[in-house]
Amino acid sequence: MTDAGELRSRSREFLDRHPPASTGRLDFLRARFDAGLAWVHYPEGLGGLGAPRSLQGVVDAELKAAGAPDNDPRRIGIGLGMAAPTILTYGTEEQKRRYLRPLWTGEEVWCQLFSEPGAGSDLAALGTRAVREGDEWVVNGQKVWTSSAHLARWAILIARTDPDVPKHQGITYFVCDMTDPGVEIRPLRQITGEAEFNEVFLTGVRIPDSRRLGAVGDGWRVAQTTLNNERVAIGGMAQPREGGMIGPVAKTWRERPELRTHELHQRLLTLWVEAEVARFTGERLRQQLAAGQPGPEGAGMKLAFARLNQEISGLEVELRGEEGLLYDDWTMRRPEHVDFTGRDAGYRYLRSKGNSIEGGTSEVLLNIVAERVLGLPAEPRTDKDVAWKDLAR
Amino acid sequence: MTDLLYSEEEEALRAAVRDLLTDHCPPAGVLARTESDAPHDRTLWKSLTEDMGLAGLLVPEEQGGQGASHREAAVVLEELGRAVAPVPYLTSAVVATEALLACGDGELLGQLASGRTIGALAVGLHTGPATGVRTVRLENGTLHGELTGIADAAVADVLLVPADDGGLYAVTADAATILPQTSLDLTRPLATVRLAGAPGRRVGDTGPAVRRALRAAAGLLASEQLGVADWALSETVRYLKERKQFNRPVGGFQALKHRLARLWLEVVHLRAAARAAADALSSDRDTDITVAVAQAYAAPVAVRATEEALQLHGGIGMTWEHPVHLYLKRAKADSIAYGTAGTHRETLATLADLQAP
Repeated sequence: MTDAGELRSRSREFLDRHPPASTGRLDFLRARFDAGLAWVHYPEGLGGLGAPRSLQGVVDAELKAAGAPDNDPRRIGIGLGMAAPTILTYGTEEQKRRYLRPLWTGEEVWCQLFSEPGAGSDLAALGTRAVREGDEWVVNGQKVWTSSAHLARWAILIARTDPDVPKHQGITYFVCDMTDPGVEIRPLRQITGEAEFNEVFLTGVRIPDSRRLGAVGDGWRVAQTTLNNERVAIGGMAQPREGGMIGPVAKTWRERPELRTHELHQRLLTLWVEAEVARFTGERLRQQLAAGQPGPEGAGMKLAFARLNQEISGLEVELRGEEGLLYDDWTMRRPEHVDFTGRDAGYRYLRSKGNSIEGGTSEVLLNIVAERVLGLPAEPRTDKDVAWKDLAR
Repeated sequence: MTDLLYSEEEEALRAAVRDLLTDHCPPAGVLARTESDAPHDRTLWKSLTEDMGLAGLLVPEEQGGQGASHREAAVVLEELGRAVAPVPYLTSAVVATEALLACGDGELLGQLASGRTIGALAVGLHTGPATGVRTVRLENGTLHGELTGIADAAVADVLLVPADDGGLYAVTADAATILPQTSLDLTRPLATVRLAGAPGRRVGDTGPAVRRALRAAAGLLASEQLGVADWALSETVRYLKERKQFNRPVGGFQALKHRLARLWLEVVHLRAAARAAADALSSDRDTDITVAVAQAYAAPVAVRATEEALQLHGGIGMTWEHPVHLYLKRAKADSIAYGTAGTHRETLATLADLQAP
C-alpha cells in the first residue's frame, strides 16, 4: 500500500462512502482519520497507512477536488507539527490512541510549555519543577511565549524532575491538561499591540504519571524530536515569484511612482534579487527532499527568511514616507492565526522582528550551522557537568 | 519548475573534472605559471578538450560537438573556478562558441568544439549583455583598430571581431598583434588586439551573436563564481579547524563561526541561483530574468567569500605564496566580467517592472 494509484483509488472510495456534501465536518474528519487518510505516513490505526510521507499530496488533492473539509491546519499547527510526532515517537500505545485522533481532527487543540523567562536559548536550564507524589507529579513554575494556550485542551510540557544532576539529565516530558485548576493563562502583549502568545503560570498542577512521555530524566532527548519538527515546519513553503514579503513592496513601488527615490530603488532591486534567490533556494531544498537527498541546507532557510523579511519590511515602511509614520491599529487583540504578510507595512516590520527570535534565535542557529554543518568546534562549556541547582542564575 | 539539482551524469562529470584538476592543476602550479611566459595551461586544456571532449558541450553532435547543455558546462565551470584553472574554457567553449552558434558558422564551430582551435570574442571582458560593444573599422575589406581587455586573447587561434558595418569577423591570431595587458586576475589575463589591415571573414551579425554570447557568459559565470566561493569557504573552514591560537582551534571562536555560517548560507543560495541560471539557459525559459538575478547575486558573494578567506587566514593569507590571492583576484575580476551586479540589477528594473524614479 505505498503507491500513488492505490492511494488515489482509496481516496475515491472513501469519498463515495462519505460524500462531503452530506457528511458533517467532524464526522468526515473522524472517518478520514479512521480510514488512514489523515497522515498516510503514520501507522495503520493511528490515522495513517504506513505509506511514504511524500504521497500525502495525492490524498489531499483528491479530497480537495471533491470539496472536502480540512482540519484547519493553521489553527492546530503545534499539535500537528510538534506534539504529534513526539507522541508518535515516545508515546505508549494507550497515549497514541487517546491523543492523536482528536489532535488531528482539531477537536482538541495543543500548545507547548517549553520556554521560560529564565530559559530561552538555554532551554535546558528551565526551572519549572515537577515533584513526584505517588502516581502523580506536582508541577510549579512559569512558562512563556505559549501560542494557543487559551484555546488548548492539552500542552506538551517539560519540567525539572531532578535538580541534583546536570541540566540536560534532570528533565522529564509530560502532557499537561490545560483545564486543570492550577493552570493560569495570561495574554502576553507584544510590540505589534496584539497578543499572539501567553504566559502560563503552573501552581500545584497535578499530572498523573500515565501522562509522562518517555522515561523520567529523558525529557531533553524527547524535546529534540519536538524542536526538530518545529524547524522543519518554519520557512519551508513553496512560493511563486514575489510570493513573500517582497510582493506588497513591489506592488506599492509600481502603483505609487510619487514615492520612488533613487536610494530606495537600489535597495529594492537588491532585496528583490535576494528574495528571488531565496525562492530558488527553498525550491532546491524541496527538490532535494522529494528526491530523497535531504541536505543540510534546511538548517539555514529560517535564518535567511528572518533577515530578508526584516529588511524588506523595513524598506517598505520607509518607502511609504508620510504614511510610514502611521500604524493601522494598536488595539490589544488575540488573533487566531498569525499572518506575517497580513495587515500593513508597520505591522509587518514589527512582527518580522520576531522571526529571528522565535523557534531558535538566529545566533543559536548560526552556532548549529557552524558546528553541525561545517564541523567547527564548540565553544568551551562550563555548564555541562554541573548540577542544575548549582548553575549561575 | 526548473530542475535545480545535479543529475547523476552531472555528478559523474564533476568527479572526472575534479580528479583531473586535483592531479594536474594544484594551486602551487597555478601560482608558478602566472609568473612564467605562458600563463595558460595548454596541457590541461588538451586533457579537458581532446581527451574529455568538454569544449563541445554546447555544440550539437551534427556540428562536431557533444550535444550537451549549459547545465553540464556549468558543472565544468564550477570545478574550473574551484581550481582557478588558467584555461580559456569560459571564453572559447562558452562565449566564442555561443557567438558562432548564433551566426550558424558550422566550420569554425566544429574546430572550437574539438578544442584544437581556441576562439576569443574580441569584446572587452567588462561588457555585459545589455551594453554596446566597441568596433574596429572595415576599410577596403580589411580591419583596422584596437580593442582592449580581451580575455584569453593571448592563447586564442581565432578572434571574433565586431566591425563598424555591424558584422562579426573571424580573424586568425597570426593576422593580429596581440599584446598582453598586466591584469588584476593572473589566471584569466587580458590582452589588447591590434588590427592593421587584417583580413577577416564575415561570420554573421554582431548584435544577436554578442547578445547571446554574453547572456550565456553572465549566466554560466555564476557557476564559476560558485566554485570560487565554495573553495574559499571550505579551505577557510579546513584551516580554522587546524590553526590554533590562545590554546584553542581558531574555528571554535563564536565570532568567526558566525561569519563562516553566514558565508555558508550565502554559498547555499548562490548554488541555487547558479543552477537556476544554467537550467534557464538550457531550457530557454525565463532566461533573461534568471541570468540577471544570478549574476546580480553571485558577484558580491564570491568577492565576500574570498575576502573573508583572506582575513580569516590572517597573515598567511596576505602572502604571495598562499593561493587565496589568486581566488580574490579572480572573484574581483569576475565581479566586473560580463556586467557588474549593478548593471544586472538595472536590467532587472526593466524586466521585473520596478522602474527607476
